[in-house]
Amino acid sequence: MKDNIKKVLILGSGALKIGEAGEFDYSGSQALKALREEGIETVLINPNIATVQTSEGVADHIYFLPVTPFFVEKVIEKERPQGILLAFGGQTALNCGVSLYQSGIFERYNVEVLGTPVQAIIDTEDRELFVGKLNEIDVKTIKSEACETIEEACRAASTLGYPVILRAAYALGGLGSGFCDNEEELVKLAEKAFAFSPQVLVEKSLKGWKEIEYEVVRDKYDNCITICNMENFDPLGIHTGESIVIAPSQTLTNSEYHKLRELSIRIVRHIGIVGECNVQYAFDPYSEDYRVIEVNARLSRSSALASKATGYPLAFVAAKLGLGYGLFELKNSVTKTTTAFFEPALDYIVCKIPRWDLGKFHGVDHELGSSMKSVGEVMAIGRTFEEAIQKGIRMIGQGLHGFVGNRDIHFENINQALCEPTDKRILVIEKAFEAGYTVDKIHELTKIDRWFLQKLFNVYNIYQDLQKAKSLDTLDANLLRLAKRQGFTDFQIARALGLEKTQKMNDAILQVRHHRKQLGIVPFVKQIDTLAAEYPAQTNYLYLTYSGVTHDIVYEHDKRSAVVLGSGAYRIGSSVEFDWCGVQALNTLRKEGYRSVMINFNPETVSTDYDMCDRLYFDELTFERVMDILELEDPFGVIVSTGGQIPNNLAIRLDQQQVPILGTTAQSIDNAEDREKFSAMLNRIGVDQPAWRALTSMDDICEFIAEVGFPVLVRPSYVLSGAAMNVCSNMEELERFLHMAANVSKEHPVVVSQFIEHAKEVEMDAVAKDGEIIAYAISEHIEFAGVHSGDATIQFPPQKLYIETARRIKKISRKIAKELNISGPFNIQFLARDNDIKVIECNLRASRSFPFVSKVLKINFIELATRAMLGLPVEKPKKNLFDLDYVGIKASQFSFNRLQKADPVLGVDMSSTGEVGCLGEDTRDALLKSMFSVGLRIPKKGILLSTGNTVQKTAMLSAAKELHKKGYSLYATEGTSRFLAENDVPNTRVYWPTETQQPQALDLMYQGEIDMVVNIPKNLTSHELSNGYTIRRAAIDRNIPLLTNARLASAFIQSFCSMTMEDLEIKSWGEY
Amino acid sequence: MRNAQLILEDGTVFSGKSFGYEGSVAGEVVFSTAMTGYVESLTDPSYAGQLVTLTYPIVGNYGVPSTSLVETTKAQHGLHTFMESDKIYLSALIVSEYSENYSHWNAQESLGDWLKRERVPGITGIDTRELTKVLREHGVMHGKILIEGVGDEPEFKAYSDINYVAEVSCKEIIRYNEGADKKVVLVDCGVKNNILRCLVDRGVEVIRVPWDYDFNSLDFDGLFLANGPGDPNNCEVAVANIKNFLGGKVRPLMGICMGNQLLAKAVGTSVYKLKYGHRSHNQPVRMVGTNKCYITSQNHGFAVDASKLPADWTSYFENMNDGSNEGICHKHNPWYSAQFHPEAFGGPVDTMFLFDNFIKNLSL
Repeated sequence: MKDNIKKVLILGSGALKIGEAGEFDYSGSQALKALREEGIETVLINPNIATVQTSEGVADHIYFLPVTPFFVEKVIEKERPQGILLAFGGQTALNCGVSLYQSGIFERYNVEVLGTPVQAIIDTEDRELFVGKLNEIDVKTIKSEACETIEEACRAASTLGYPVILRAAYALGGLGSGFCDNEEELVKLAEKAFAFSPQVLVEKSLKGWKEIEYEVVRDKYDNCITICNMENFDPLGIHTGESIVIAPSQTLTNSEYHKLRELSIRIVRHIGIVGECNVQYAFDPYSEDYRVIEVNARLSRSSALASKATGYPLAFVAAKLGLGYGLFELKNSVTKTTTAFFEPALDYIVCKIPRWDLGKFHGVDHELGSSMKSVGEVMAIGRTFEEAIQKGIRMIGQGLHGFVGNRDIHFENINQALCEPTDKRILVIEKAFEAGYTVDKIHELTKIDRWFLQKLFNVYNIYQDLQKAKSLDTLDANLLRLAKRQGFTDFQIARALGLEKTQKMNDAILQVRHHRKQLGIVPFVKQIDTLAAEYPAQTNYLYLTYSGVTHDIVYEHDKRSAVVLGSGAYRIGSSVEFDWCGVQALNTLRKEGYRSVMINFNPETVSTDYDMCDRLYFDELTFERVMDILELEDPFGVIVSTGGQIPNNLAIRLDQQQVPILGTTAQSIDNAEDREKFSAMLNRIGVDQPAWRALTSMDDICEFIAEVGFPVLVRPSYVLSGAAMNVCSNMEELERFLHMAANVSKEHPVVVSQFIEHAKEVEMDAVAKDGEIIAYAISEHIEFAGVHSGDATIQFPPQKLYIETARRIKKISRKIAKELNISGPFNIQFLARDNDIKVIECNLRASRSFPFVSKVLKINFIELATRAMLGLPVEKPKKNLFDLDYVGIKASQFSFNRLQKADPVLGVDMSSTGEVGCLGEDTRDALLKSMFSVGLRIPKKGILLSTGNTVQKTAMLSAAKELHKKGYSLYATEGTSRFLAENDVPNTRVYWPTETQQPQALDLMYQGEIDMVVNIPKNLTSHELSNGYTIRRAAIDRNIPLLTNARLASAFIQSFCSMTMEDLEIKSWGEY
Repeated sequence: MRNAQLILEDGTVFSGKSFGYEGSVAGEVVFSTAMTGYVESLTDPSYAGQLVTLTYPIVGNYGVPSTSLVETTKAQHGLHTFMESDKIYLSALIVSEYSENYSHWNAQESLGDWLKRERVPGITGIDTRELTKVLREHGVMHGKILIEGVGDEPEFKAYSDINYVAEVSCKEIIRYNEGADKKVVLVDCGVKNNILRCLVDRGVEVIRVPWDYDFNSLDFDGLFLANGPGDPNNCEVAVANIKNFLGGKVRPLMGICMGNQLLAKAVGTSVYKLKYGHRSHNQPVRMVGTNKCYITSQNHGFAVDASKLPADWTSYFENMNDGSNEGICHKHNPWYSAQFHPEAFGGPVDTMFLFDNFIKNLSL
């Protein structure tokens, strides 16, 4: 090891976004663990406050600051580290590192880049250098031409021949990339790509080839190994982040496997990687021909997946190699006796499936392609392919029960749906089987390897066989056993047998369960041990399978286990914050002497790292699987309140099976979740709420609206398409929404609530024990109510809340905690207008903002909550939020740039993919840091204003004046322009795309005259939305900062007009 | 599919279904953790007499390529394109999930059909992880496979009593690439085709001789000791011939697997049986005294006791997991051997340089 390195800086990846998500919390946490083990002082820069890596005890100095060259230089100047790690924070950290290297900052402060040298990174990132480098060692790459103008791109494409693929250089996750079948498509895409990157690459499309990846590790002694190879279910043409991925490869022969492995090693040695790296190939399905697609000289989504798939801790090892160790000096962390220089042998199959949330966005393109759109992923482990993929399909959490047995969905044109894959593609395959398509025909249309299709066809056939059985009594035990081996759940079996026709589904499931247990058909627990049982391993990394006859572990039955249910796939509305909560619960359980057990299946998380708990079940969070595990574990109790909504929803059914749920009872959870019961309770204890009603006919809806007036919030219980809820401002809107998006009927009532405008939204995050509040945090939204709390910018402690409002909120919360006899975490959302306070929601579980308020307040709410749930004494913390002399601001990260055609406007449904939380001495300081962290910049030239209705315009007026005073050119659309002029703010009137006059707003944006857009819809009616859509979308596609909320825009503008970058405090968390 | 059982000598029974030849068989039960390369493993003569279980659960995915000997180019020298010998050598294959449907451009038939054609039993539906753990704890065991309703129950077979090398070795001399500049004698204890390919592709003539042939009478430039099945202690004739070679004119020597063990015996140390052997594609070895480490393909149940090597011999490679010997070399003469398989097929090709060095030595 290098002995001159005493202090190391690590760059995080910032907010979760599409293409860069939780995997980097995992990588960074592992790296920090590796450094700490060596006694090295660690400094971390990451504004993502909800991560595990930014928790106490993980790094020595944590800066909640943007990962940009400006701030990183400031931290280097202050902390003076000897080394820096760039490979653990995704493309964000890598790009920032390359920029700092090129501007000589590392040299100036004498900071050594540990691991892969920056030049090697540049060699892999710059396409031309990369191709040249691989040519030197006779390795084939995809023929591509780097172009710097649209004309060059067109010329290159016609030489190569269409179809071509276009990529933006230096972009993460295929941003700005796509396939083009003709020049028209090329020009359109190239325009967008040039907004992100000065260079685009045009290359011949190899659509239909297999896509194969290798994860490679190399040490400074040139020892080089491949940890895992992976095969994409979807052939080339679909971004690997959008593909179902299988590990290890299934359709490669020995010769093919080792040909690509040898190439990987040759490449990695030649480039000079020290640490971890990933090589992606296109592989001809009809010969051994190949092309290297790309090399990622850093930890990646794939490497996180490979770590979980194999049990080989890639990030941990990569960090050690960066410190100068040889692989032979490190131990296999699973067996603890064998060496880290080895290649894992798997005795199971792993299947990764992406999770999309495209339904959350207006207008978004559902087609999958070379650019990533998924927001999360799951990993399923099994001993048959069928078992793994069916588990995975359930895990993505979109109401699917596996490959078969799902609610019917209809495809107009199966041929087309097979050829043009969308997020529904796996379902189309099932429909195609139903329609009589053969494996060969589907292969022809999708190019998915026949082997995978045949396996899916097996699943389809077993379902047909099950259907023939008609009842449990006539069901052949061997068929039942086979079905379980092929990943069928009791639910699917019950549905195939038609049991739900005569009884409730939940009862039918229990009947199947009982029946098969009597036949001895139960799953077995197997270890993931990296060496396929060749050496004994004390590993606690487990999964369940029906391909087995014995358990790998022996159960204690001592009632000292406590099981924490995880949060599943990251999705919009549930992501890294619940991973943090789960990990804190595990830590507390361990500290209190319990055997901590986690059930979760998300490969991007820290909670699924096998050394975070005493036992990790990397498996489903279905009722069936959780019961399988609980019956084996026979635990002291189960925690359902730290993993978001998935475990929360299981509470009642687990309780019915006499599972000991820790803390707040399942009955209380139900009383809070059930709208009717909760509402009745609020009435009983005298707490106000917005008027609402569950209605089953249009007449009833009209009658209700006559009482409360527009606008109303409408939540259908059965959503056909699009967003699940909507605000309707008039009758026309309401009718259109209900007609288009929902069925209203007795079975599917619609919940209509009064929507209160211009109200503040306030959150109460708290922990109670036996109905008494132990600790709480009140925070306020900067936006008015109407922006989903997950998208809102949140300030804590509140800076502009009446003392009286705060006092009332405390009082109401106490009443609710007492009435529901809460023991554990909970969250209540309030509307406050002129001290008039209404409760809008209450969750008896940890909320999204728990890590944020815990870290700002420096009181670990989950630790308190866990102690409360265990029934241990919990002391009320002495500190209180009004004592803080600093401010925390949580801001949301949006990924609209990846979601082609989606309208980047915020509404009542959540659309952000991540968040950051920054600290500052006042609101301005914290707000600027957090807004920079989510990608906003201080504009340099001009600002386009179109600021909504009169109230919003007025709210923005003083900000507009500030901008003018600062010397910015203001451009405004008709109404705004007039309003500004009337109020003595000089501005240039610009025109909408629907108008013909000059200057056109879009032209100014394209010409770079406008470098910030404030576009505030008057309301959320579709007419108003479509008007500004083109402008908003153009801002996103051109990478121009966009603000769509008057209060947030105003706060941001006021802040950057009254402070400079140099004024921002550079203080670590510990220094606040 | 008929029901089938695997019965171990300690009485443990695993039940599954037959997917290969429907006949009963007995042999030594061993496990391999390789995740790919079943065609290569099945045709590896070193597996003769063994019932092999694969820990990777899903087997048969890419089918079986053409097994008929079609000489498409002269460069193939009469060697099969896809196989490591001319037939299946292992006695039975034990898997968790046989994949009846296969998909690959070069596949000609399914794994099950091939096994049936070559009269080798295959059994699927076995908890191969549990079986592996049993073998790991107990050590390799004798076992037998019974197919329901077919044939009589065979007796357990004592693996070490049988001279498998004599069974699998060629019966007369075969020459490859005749007339090349340098001539290498290869002692065939059960050689894999890729060893032959690795030599002829490097431009030498290979004189493949039966395992007990006294090659010292031939005219040649270097000696190659190939891999093979069974107990090396059954090969004393070959050991004596090697001793003679070492005592004569100094010419290059390289050995692989059984070759390593025979060379070790010839220089005076002993071999011992490992509890459950090394059979996998991921065995880490380190070149002794260096920081150079390699991932290797292995298939052996015996190991060399390197502690008793004479003074002018030394350990060349060492297993990084269990410290066992992975090769020996002479301190001055160009003589070395590897316990692992540098020729790969299946497995990683990281140690091909051993062939390059051998060829270089021929010209010194």
